[in-house]
Amino acid sequence: MLCEKCQQRPATVYYTEVINGQQKKMHLCEVCAGQMQAEGFSLFLPQMNLHNFLASFWSQAPQVQPFAPQTTGEAKCPACGTSESFFAQKGLFGCSDCYRYFGERLEPLLRRIHGSSSHTGKVPARTGGRARLVKQIDQLRAQLREAVAREEYEKAAELRDRIKKLEQEL
Amino acid sequence: MGIRETVNNARSGWMKPGAPEGDIVISCRVRVARNLNNCPFPHLLDVEKAGQVVHAVQLALENNELRRHVGKLEVTRMAELSPVERQILVEKHLISPDLLEDHAKKAVALRDDEVLSMMINEEDHLRIQCLLPGLQLEKAWELVNRMDDDLEKTLDFAFADGYGYLTACPTNVGTGMRASVMLHLPGLVLVEQVRNVLTTISKLGFTVRGLYGEGTEARGNLFQISNQVTLGHSEEEIIHNLKSVTGQLLAQERKARQALLQERREQLEDKVGRSYGILRYSHMISSEEAMRRLSDVRLGLDLKLLSGINPDQLTELMVMTQPAFLMKQQQGDLTPMQRDILRAKLIRKILN
Repeated sequence: MLCEKCQQRPATVYYTEVINGQQKKMHLCEVCAGQMQAEGFSLFLPQMNLHNFLASFWSQAPQVQPFAPQTTGEAKCPACGTSESFFAQKGLFGCSDCYRYFGERLEPLLRRIHGSSSHTGKVPARTGGRARLVKQIDQLRAQLREAVAREEYEKAAELRDRIKKLEQEL
Repeated sequence: MGIRETVNNARSGWMKPGAPEGDIVISCRVRVARNLNNCPFPHLLDVEKAGQVVHAVQLALENNELRRHVGKLEVTRMAELSPVERQILVEKHLISPDLLEDHAKKAVALRDDEVLSMMINEEDHLRIQCLLPGLQLEKAWELVNRMDDDLEKTLDFAFADGYGYLTACPTNVGTGMRASVMLHLPGLVLVEQVRNVLTTISKLGFTVRGLYGEGTEARGNLFQISNQVTLGHSEEEIIHNLKSVTGQLLAQERKARQALLQERREQLEDKVGRSYGILRYSHMISSEEAMRRLSDVRLGLDLKLLSGINPDQLTELMVMTQPAFLMKQQQGDLTPMQRDILRAKLIRKILN
């Protein structure tokens, strides 16, 4: 059997391509299959661009207007000058202050991306006690609930005391 | 030693044989994004400011405590490397293709074994990463975590209570962590189940990519699975989730391989044998075909249909036969045909 594309070399590859759910099957030679794969992929690339998704999430986000004077035109981060349209285009913030500045618009976006808008992981030691304490208390509370569920009351009492102590430190 | 060794040698710390689940999990990686406080993210920096970031990171890496805990990481500015050498770092999976663009601003820090490394001024100021052979995600996180602890003693990282570590792209905010595994799944590909399985995984909050990360195709039946969500889960949870998904995939892949052995043994032996023959005797081979044949041979080894080859030699060949590596061997530009000839020669030399 000859390759369905070039009609010259023997077909040795059974090529399947799925674009938007449409399946296309062809018998191809190695050379044409290689080309098809390369082409298919370059077509596919722009759709996979994460930043495009972000931009569309951003524009779908409800228009709360946290920024004071809208009359001066587009909202821009005062620290680095990153504008909303820049973000919508590139999907990148300019500096850590952008998170504070675009804060209210950001929450729904983060929930769409991550299903959550609050961090529960590592806290840098330098950022100091508070965040670390809050996290520790959260963890102890979870342990307390488990202990109660398992009817381990002695352990629960001990956990409750530790939580109280930490709460006083806050 | 150092960067010269890295760009001249295809072997890397993540290729060590005998790693846990090493028959299917080629390597695993944990990477965290960190940014310096009060400094715009890399894409807004000019070359001079970006250089200051590189310098600050370099100083932090020289900290004695860090040296004692994780060893020495040598910083190399991308501008010090030739384009071919930069590409080799991508082919060895030590940097992302992103680090090649706008290279005057960027740098890489590498430990000699290439297990621990850092990209400087990629999308974020720092991307700390650990790359290990096989399935060793906890160990990778432990190393990254320790290095991060030591770095933050001298560097002030951007962090906000609710959001966690702040990153240029909000898809990385929170833990800033991307954990991934590179899996060799020829069994699932052969029984035509790979698409189903991987689609299911992507519904569970994992991303599936090709060999060289974002936007690349799956070559040689290699797939990279990573977590999508970085906010709302702790680092340990992310690792745990990825590990359990990987466990599921391993089980499915092993089942597929057993089914193939039982039901299509002759076809499988033929496929493996043909590929081995082509690798050992061909005089011209494209990169795509080499990857495919190497995958067949690796499967043959795993299923004991072949013997006498080291699996880590195959991994090394995957890197050695990439375009930039071939050019480095030849010390110059090569036409695609010259590359195919040189590639075949290298493979023959190693497999015969």
